Amino acid sequence: MTDTTHPAPKPKRTKNLGAALILKKSLLSAFVALVLFSLMIGIRTEAGPTGQLIYWTRFGDLAIMVVLVFAGSILTELLRQWLAARHPAPILPARAKQSLSTLSRLFVPLLLIFAVLVPVIFYKQRYMLDLGILVLTYVMLGWGLNIVVGLAGLLDLGYVAFYAVGAYSYALLSTTFGLSFWICLPLAGILAAFWGMLLGFPVLRLRGDYLAIVTLAFGEIIRLVLLNWQNVTGGPNGISGIPRPTLFGIPLTPGESGLAAHLGIPFSPTHRLVLLFYIILALALLTNWVAIRLRRLPIGRAWEALREDEIACRSLGINTTTTKLTAFATGAMFAGFAGAFFATRQGFISPESFSFQESALVLAIVVLGGMGSQLGVVLSALALIGGFELFRDFEQFRMLAFGGAMVLLMIWRPRGLIAHREPSLFLATRTRVSSDLVKEGR
Amino acid sequence: MDYFAQQLINGLVLGSIYGLIAIGYTMVYGIVGMINFAHGDIFMIGGFIALISFLVLVSFGITAVPVVLLLVVLVAMATTALYGWTVERIAYRPLRHSFRLAPMLSAIGMSFVLSNFSQVAQGARVKPVPPIITGGYTLLESNGFVVRLSNIQIIVVLTTVVLLGIFSWMVTRTRLGRDMRACEQDQTMAALLGVDVDRTISMTFVIGAALAAVAGMMYLLYYGVVDFYMGFVAGIKAFTAAVLGGIGSLPGAMLGGLAIGLIETLWSAYFSSEYKDVAAFSILIIVLIFMPTGLLGRPEVEKV
Amino acid sequence: MSTSGPILDVQHLSMRFGGIVAVNDLSFEAERGQITALIGPNGAGKTTVFNCITGFYKPTTGMLRLIHQNGREFLLERLLDYRVSKVAKVARTFQNIRLFSGMTALENLMVAQHNSLMRASGFSLLGLFGAPTFHTAERQAIERARHWLDRIGLTARADDAAGNLPYGDQRRLEIARAMCAEPVLLCLDEPAAGLNAREGEALSELLLSIRKDHGTSILLIEHDMSVVMEIADRIVVLDYGVKIAEGTSREIRDDPKVIAAYLGTDEKSAIEVMEQDA
Repeated sequence: MTDTTHPAPKPKRTKNLGAALILKKSLLSAFVALVLFSLMIGIRTEAGPTGQLIYWTRFGDLAIMVVLVFAGSILTELLRQWLAARHPAPILPARAKQSLSTLSRLFVPLLLIFAVLVPVIFYKQRYMLDLGILVLTYVMLGWGLNIVVGLAGLLDLGYVAFYAVGAYSYALLSTTFGLSFWICLPLAGILAAFWGMLLGFPVLRLRGDYLAIVTLAFGEIIRLVLLNWQNVTGGPNGISGIPRPTLFGIPLTPGESGLAAHLGIPFSPTHRLVLLFYIILALALLTNWVAIRLRRLPIGRAWEALREDEIACRSLGINTTTTKLTAFATGAMFAGFAGAFFATRQGFISPESFSFQESALVLAIVVLGGMGSQLGVVLSALALIGGFELFRDFEQFRMLAFGGAMVLLMIWRPRGLIAHREPSLFLATRTRVSSDLVKEGR
Repeated sequence: MDYFAQQLINGLVLGSIYGLIAIGYTMVYGIVGMINFAHGDIFMIGGFIALISFLVLVSFGITAVPVVLLLVVLVAMATTALYGWTVERIAYRPLRHSFRLAPMLSAIGMSFVLSNFSQVAQGARVKPVPPIITGGYTLLESNGFVVRLSNIQIIVVLTTVVLLGIFSWMVTRTRLGRDMRACEQDQTMAALLGVDVDRTISMTFVIGAALAAVAGMMYLLYYGVVDFYMGFVAGIKAFTAAVLGGIGSLPGAMLGGLAIGLIETLWSAYFSSEYKDVAAFSILIIVLIFMPTGLLGRPEVEKV
Repeated sequence: MSTSGPILDVQHLSMRFGGIVAVNDLSFEAERGQITALIGPNGAGKTTVFNCITGFYKPTTGMLRLIHQNGREFLLERLLDYRVSKVAKVARTFQNIRLFSGMTALENLMVAQHNSLMRASGFSLLGLFGAPTFHTAERQAIERARHWLDRIGLTARADDAAGNLPYGDQRRLEIARAMCAEPVLLCLDEPAAGLNAREGEALSELLLSIRKDHGTSILLIEHDMSVVMEIADRIVVLDYGVKIAEGTSREIRDDPKVIAAYLGTDEKSAIEVMEQDA
């Protein structure tokens, strides 16, 4: 690949602050931290035994936090200076870059093989299988949202709404009408796509930020309706007893009618996990395949052109309204599929699983991966969901760390991990477009 | 009729609180063109700071109501303003010239940080306070229904009016206000003319945070509780108010706030209280679809 | 079935923005197969006229009649913006270049052929499953793109991001992109802006060859008088939203009203200056 379009990094010019100045800055930061944390950390309130409010002091914790901020501030300054000094020299010599690019071409197929073999490798570890299923679910959601946000540049902060539609559709259809997972899966997608068009039609002409908050509001409305419409959705208790998927109609149960009996192997609950894993892998790969193919078709190119300059699109005869709707509905459809899968995997769903946090998480996966990049979504899903799971024990600090990570990552690499775009067709040479040139939508 | 009158009063009071928060949204959007997703959580922090200050002051024996209120307001405004300043410095300023999604994601991240910070720092449980300001006036009594105007309601509305007055004066008469308006119009030109754009933007966030702090304290006094999640919902409603009034317009933000407060209270009173949030969010969608410039906003013509 | 006669008939076009009248009762005709130039001092309303013609503004009053070779007529003021290009076949370029900067030159030209390709791909369904009709259509589209890249001399940079191209190349690419949409009327908004003398000549050559080889009618806003005088068959002069003169390049050059408008003086002083000159 000829990297003809990536500009050489310019040397960064930052002020090399002297030690005294660093000290002053850090002291200032520590003082600010002191004021900010004095009441929130220094004092801990709680509803007392008789219902009135009591408090106790935690000056020790406060002191620790202030010292941490002070030290951290010094470290960040030093780090910044060190990085700035190193920047002019390229980090990797040309030859290393060459071999790295050969590696990167092998990376994707290797990753795919690894993914297929995960149930074999981790057969004994249910936890890892579960984690794999979770990561793949988010990868699929990320690839779906990528179509809306990454390709078409439409800011969707309510993606979870379509996820919920898919999940509740399957749950209700299966518990009320007894339809199997395989029949409900396409139905869930169609319903979600339908909702996507319904929501999209009035709001897609809004400008970026407004579209974001409208979709956020819509996501919240869906969650509140699910929470309060007890008769249909079961309210906060949700819907339970959702049937698990069958393989060609054969259930995965221990009895004689079960798959294990059919295959003549001893039953194990892990079988279901393996089946679920391959189902989500297949669904995710389907999402990926469709996304990649659509990108090479005129519709995909129109999506990207829409992201770049909507007015130019209109001047070229492209009906931007239907183009946006297609992107929105397609993304919604994949969220619907993922939702149906989620329902069948859990056996039980409730509105709690469909909060704004989910939408934000999927959006973070897409943006962090590098908008429009399929591989980027995989990498960032692995990092974020994997990281999330690692911190499972620190329940309280998890979301805090996640929020902080989002801020830091945006400051460090606003364009995401894969900071370039691959054109969808070439005349002569394969090139890459640096993300600095790529617009992000209106 | 009396029921309606009572709901009217309640709605206007709630609306004042929303209006104070909405001003922060509209100011920031006007000057840097971004929706400050963390602003609702700043409001929540303000409420918490007010709560904690109350506790500490009362435990030190300062119980004279006006003194306590004044001290709490000052502490809450100052501390929360510092929160607002810090958020801008850390999460938004480095991304000011980046592409659009970066500050938005940063803001969402900051929102998570703030709400979870207060959850971690103060525990997830709701914090109740006994009513600090009690008493009120009976406006009229008929058919056994009493229309009451409580003292706290009067205080909320009065404070809002006073703050609005100070604030409008500041925007139109002071140097800072002029700098803000200049930056809203054309940042580059304002910088070339000697306006300290960084400082002006910081001050915008600071003032917005201070007003949100007052709103937080009012919320605490009025409803008697704070919880770490109140920022998210109130934030969306306040942003709805800002949009309804016309984004970028200060009187519009207040007007929008009052409207949302009224709609929410009346909906809750006459239809169902479970779906009152749905009503408020639906308003946002409806306004943006049919009236994107809001009541008092200026229509934007896109240059082709 | 008129093959002669105007391609564009603008009648009593007015555009008001609130209290400001940008275009006031403008009427003119653009002849088929000719290059018509719209000139005038800054703020005369030229881009506003363009935006009305190309569907981005809805005129306050007036009629914009586009007549195809086969006699089919379109009222441009009634068409939705994208339909002006799709159905009426009017393409345009922009004063501030609006290329898809994150996409390659080739991709830019492919986007312009979106509508025919969409049909061939069966609105994506046929294309999704690899139908041969789509492959053929795509190959043809790539050929057309290549033809234009050769015309503007950018074949070697076909796979470079449009945003990375030098300014002059970007301008030419935007014109090529408009031509890939196969328009009958090409509207160019200041195509020579920012070009040096040599590039300006190349532009003139390109436009003349477009007129000759494709028979495309061209409507052009321009400030660069050398380009205008060289290629325009007919010139319409605007000032403060009003047509003050119309004619061939020779007639316009000697028109005192036009000179006065550009000098910012009144007609009488312009005539004095001209008489002194002569």
